[in-house]
Amino acid sequence: MLSSDDMSVPRRVVISGDLLEWIRPNMPKSIEELKITAKRIRREIIEMIGAAKSGHPGGSLSAVEIVVELYFNRMRIDPKNPKWVDRDRFILSKGHAAPVLYAVMAEAGYADTPLDQLNTLRKLGSVYQGHPDMRFIPSLEASTGSLGEGLSMALGMGFAARLDGRASRTYVMLGDGEVQEGQIWEAAMAGAFHKLDNVAAIVDYNRIQLDGFVHDIMEIAPLAEKWRAFGWHTIEIDGHDFAAIEKAFDEAEATKGKPTCIVAHTIKGKGVSFMENNPKFHGTAPTADEVKLALQELK
Amino acid sequence: MAARTKFEIKLGAATREAFGRVLVELGHENKDVVVCDADLSKSTMTVYFAKEFPERFVSLGIAEADMTGVGAGLALAGKIPFISSFSAFAMNKGFEQLRVCAAYPFVNLKVVGTHSGISIGEDGPSQMSIEEIGLACSLARFVVIAPADEAATKALVRAAAAYVGPVFIRTGRPKAPIIYGSDQKFEIGKAIEVAEGRDVTVIANGLLVAQALLAADVLEGEGISARVVDMHTAKPIDREAIARAAAETRAMVVAEEHLVDGGLGVRVAQVVAETRPCPMEFVGIRNTYAESGQADELMDKYGLVARDVAAAARRVVARKN
Repeated sequence: MLSSDDMSVPRRVVISGDLLEWIRPNMPKSIEELKITAKRIRREIIEMIGAAKSGHPGGSLSAVEIVVELYFNRMRIDPKNPKWVDRDRFILSKGHAAPVLYAVMAEAGYADTPLDQLNTLRKLGSVYQGHPDMRFIPSLEASTGSLGEGLSMALGMGFAARLDGRASRTYVMLGDGEVQEGQIWEAAMAGAFHKLDNVAAIVDYNRIQLDGFVHDIMEIAPLAEKWRAFGWHTIEIDGHDFAAIEKAFDEAEATKGKPTCIVAHTIKGKGVSFMENNPKFHGTAPTADEVKLALQELK
Repeated sequence: MAARTKFEIKLGAATREAFGRVLVELGHENKDVVVCDADLSKSTMTVYFAKEFPERFVSLGIAEADMTGVGAGLALAGKIPFISSFSAFAMNKGFEQLRVCAAYPFVNLKVVGTHSGISIGEDGPSQMSIEEIGLACSLARFVVIAPADEAATKALVRAAAAYVGPVFIRTGRPKAPIIYGSDQKFEIGKAIEVAEGRDVTVIANGLLVAQALLAADVLEGEGISARVVDMHTAKPIDREAIARAAAETRAMVVAEEHLVDGGLGVRVAQVVAETRPCPMEFVGIRNTYAESGQADELMDKYGLVARDVAAAARRVVARKN
């Protein structure tokens, strides 16, 4: 990580055409800062879903560290120029975790994700639709919500970058239940076959899906072995450990000739004691009292 | 009205062949044209593009859902992707992805189905697509095109590439009768009156345009003047041409190589109902699946030839009075 006095110096320099710099929004300078950002994002998630009275808190909270790392410390993006052609891209294939993406993009400063409107989530006329919708937020890279489809779109973006000779990387987050979809494995075959090393998938392995524990609904283990067998460079990490996430993304970027899958072991509902590992909070909003309790824990 | 020149069947290239050829032209003209195929390139004729531009041809194996998503991703990153398979697979196996990854976010994806209808012949019903016009038209904001011949296919594939937004194009396996000369202009959403007529209008697409022209010649001998309109774009449909035909001929037949349920016929009927209601008859496949056989045998057996169009025209003209 950068020391506190040199945040103006890019951590990596990527040459793309004449462009010799890349931009990271509101770049925190340390893991401590990332942790502070993560906590703020968690509070926003709770407030948004509480205000909406519906939504998916568990899988939003489990994904916080990874999405924070991507937008604040990893991707070459410029929120003031969201369609910059050489940008890195992120697709939230598990679209029901939209609140984490909305909060992070709002904090990152995209013009079409206003911070002061987060609590309009799911309300008529809000840009914060129940699942990510490019019609309302053009800065999104894809509209998602029907599970199983984001990895294929990420591969298409990877192909396009390779054809154009752009250094742009594409990141896509999958849910663990989502990998039960057959299309994921069609795409897994295709990504490895076409050696799309500019694509990285992250599985948010929080072990809970709507109907209960993944192992009771449709077992996906051994998950890392499956991705390896499909030809992906596979890394298993604690998905709440910023140092581990950073190292895994570095390794993914350094891996040539094959795409990378990061199996991120996470805790559903992470950060709120009564939501952690509780299948109820896959798709149930906290009550007003529960919001208060949760925000106290996230002080 | 002076007697028309009789229509004679002269076979041109299959519409899938025309698609494959024009893709190569587009590939030369625009480096952003990318083609995806799901192990049918030698049948969809994207093989020509694959040979010319191997780096821009993406083989995705027998995985149409993934192909559709990859196509959407390419489009979202600025490419002009054409994804292709048999219509039965491109539409049915990719439908969910077409809805969520292409239609709803309005992505610039071009989908070309080949081997449409029952004229694919010997392979039989599992490969025969008789629903895809209805399915494609149910995708909000999709453009849906079913060209009649080689010239129409080349022009409309070009128009699809130039248009920004999701498009489905229906092409067929057999050689297609030549309808158009080289000077014909084509525009998405603009029907073409291929024969003038006063007493009844036959609206058709694909291979049924030629059958409608043959039927018009038969009808002329019986004193019935039949207008023939090639409605190559099912969506957005040419409301003005339909309303004008309904007003001027007061009787209408719609003919298509597709289930009558949900196809071009119901789309035309909706416009007729909303503008100038008049008696209508429908030529198409009725509540069944076809079988193996030669294309011409099947078109005859399942009621998709000039005889059937003419019979429908006589019925609808009789209902006018």
